[in-house]
Amino acid sequence: MRSNTQASARVETPDTAVVRGPGDVEVWLSVNGAAHRLAIEPRVSLLDALRDRLELTGTKKGCNQGACGACTVWVDGERVLSCLTLAIACERREVRTIEGLADGQTLHPMQAAFIARDAFQCGYCTPGQIMSAVALLKEGHAKDDSDIREWMSGNLCRCAAYPHIRSAIRDVRDGKTGD
Amino acid sequence: MRPISYSRVADVGTAVGTVTADPASAFLAGGTTQVDLLRIYVEQPRRLVDINDLPLRDIEELPNRGLRIGALARMNEVAEHPSVIDRSPLVSQALLLGASPQLRNMASIGGNLLQRTRCTYFRDVSTACNKRTPGTGCAAMDGVNRGHAVLGTSDQCIATHPSDLAVALVALDADVIAEGQRGRRSIPVHEFFLPPEDTPDIEHPLDHGELIVDVEVPPAPDGSTSLYLKVRDRESYEFALASVAVALRVEGGMVVEVRLALGGVATVPWRARRAERMLTGQPATTENFAAAAREELAPAVARGMNGFKIELACRTIVRALETVAPDGAR
Repeated sequence: MRSNTQASARVETPDTAVVRGPGDVEVWLSVNGAAHRLAIEPRVSLLDALRDRLELTGTKKGCNQGACGACTVWVDGERVLSCLTLAIACERREVRTIEGLADGQTLHPMQAAFIARDAFQCGYCTPGQIMSAVALLKEGHAKDDSDIREWMSGNLCRCAAYPHIRSAIRDVRDGKTGD
Repeated sequence: MRPISYSRVADVGTAVGTVTADPASAFLAGGTTQVDLLRIYVEQPRRLVDINDLPLRDIEELPNRGLRIGALARMNEVAEHPSVIDRSPLVSQALLLGASPQLRNMASIGGNLLQRTRCTYFRDVSTACNKRTPGTGCAAMDGVNRGHAVLGTSDQCIATHPSDLAVALVALDADVIAEGQRGRRSIPVHEFFLPPEDTPDIEHPLDHGELIVDVEVPPAPDGSTSLYLKVRDRESYEFALASVAVALRVEGGMVVEVRLALGGVATVPWRARRAERMLTGQPATTENFAAAAREELAPAVARGMNGFKIELACRTIVRALETVAPDGAR
């Protein structure tokens, strides 16, 4: 693992207009509440930094061109695509991934609902689906099924588990704890 | 992706000065187009200048009941802003019908206007493309061109402009405010998007290093009803096959004022002035709507697979006008 983890979330960045790169530069990332110092090129995506440098492989690489949603994470609380985000542009921002969702050994209610509702088959899109689904509820975009469909449309599931994904989201929205 | 260097700037002057001084540099805002096109070698800046710290995210109400939207405001935050929903529902609707929720959280308003075409040949560096590499030809002319433009084309390029927002802005006569080395200027949005003609690589009048700072959106005409209607292959997260931005004011059954713009069918966000002229002062009837639509599409040029867009655009225009006309249409 080529990173240092520190308990402190203090993140230092160079001054304005300094040219950094194109070779390896020091980049501080705050991920799931922990600060990490990386030596990466500016062209490295947040997705690759998470997976290849921080070994946080829960976030998946599907299309790598912003079409599938498998790489969905939160930056400063908003769901975004980590494949189209440069890691270096996330300094001083708070990144949250699927690994940062559970409370210790207790799954997030959405994770539990996905299991209870069998909301996946192959599971590859699931981390992105869950990061979107939790954000969706926080945004208030789960009024009804058509609202959920529209606001989950950025997360493709080639196994077509969509009906069960919607069931899981409805359960959490309605405060049901699963079967 | 080729190696790049990276700078972060905190004020507009430094941003403009930095990019202007370095021909191999580009601004980085939301990154949804920039990072994508860097990765597939379509755009090849050597240096990105990150402008996300610039104070350009405000959404303000203007005294004329219009809006000033900061260039770095994100698509979702603009679409869901109470002032935008109240004063410019057309803009809100167009934004929400574009991209996906994640992309709308990332993509900026300035970047939306500067996004590049989704033409598959433009995006494939192994093929001929006059927009990407001037003088190489256009593989779309005889290629898979179902998604390509029928209006505003040239024999050099038939790439469709992808933005929904821009179609709404063209209908509303918005202004793009840009700042460059020579100062700040206001560019009417209908002059901002350049049809391909003989230089499809030149898409807008901005100098290298000139930065969009705001978009000013006047109110829709008094008493008008507006709508953004988008027709596409799937219900969500897809570019338009045909879209219509309309603002219509009818009094006593007569069209007093109409704004009409088309997306998905043209090389630029297309203001349908022929149809507007034909409709103004005429009875608001389905028959007249259809005649105006045909008039607008009269100069359309189909190539291979996209001929269906001519009829589709006509029907979309009629549907949009019927939807906003009082009591539908007769």
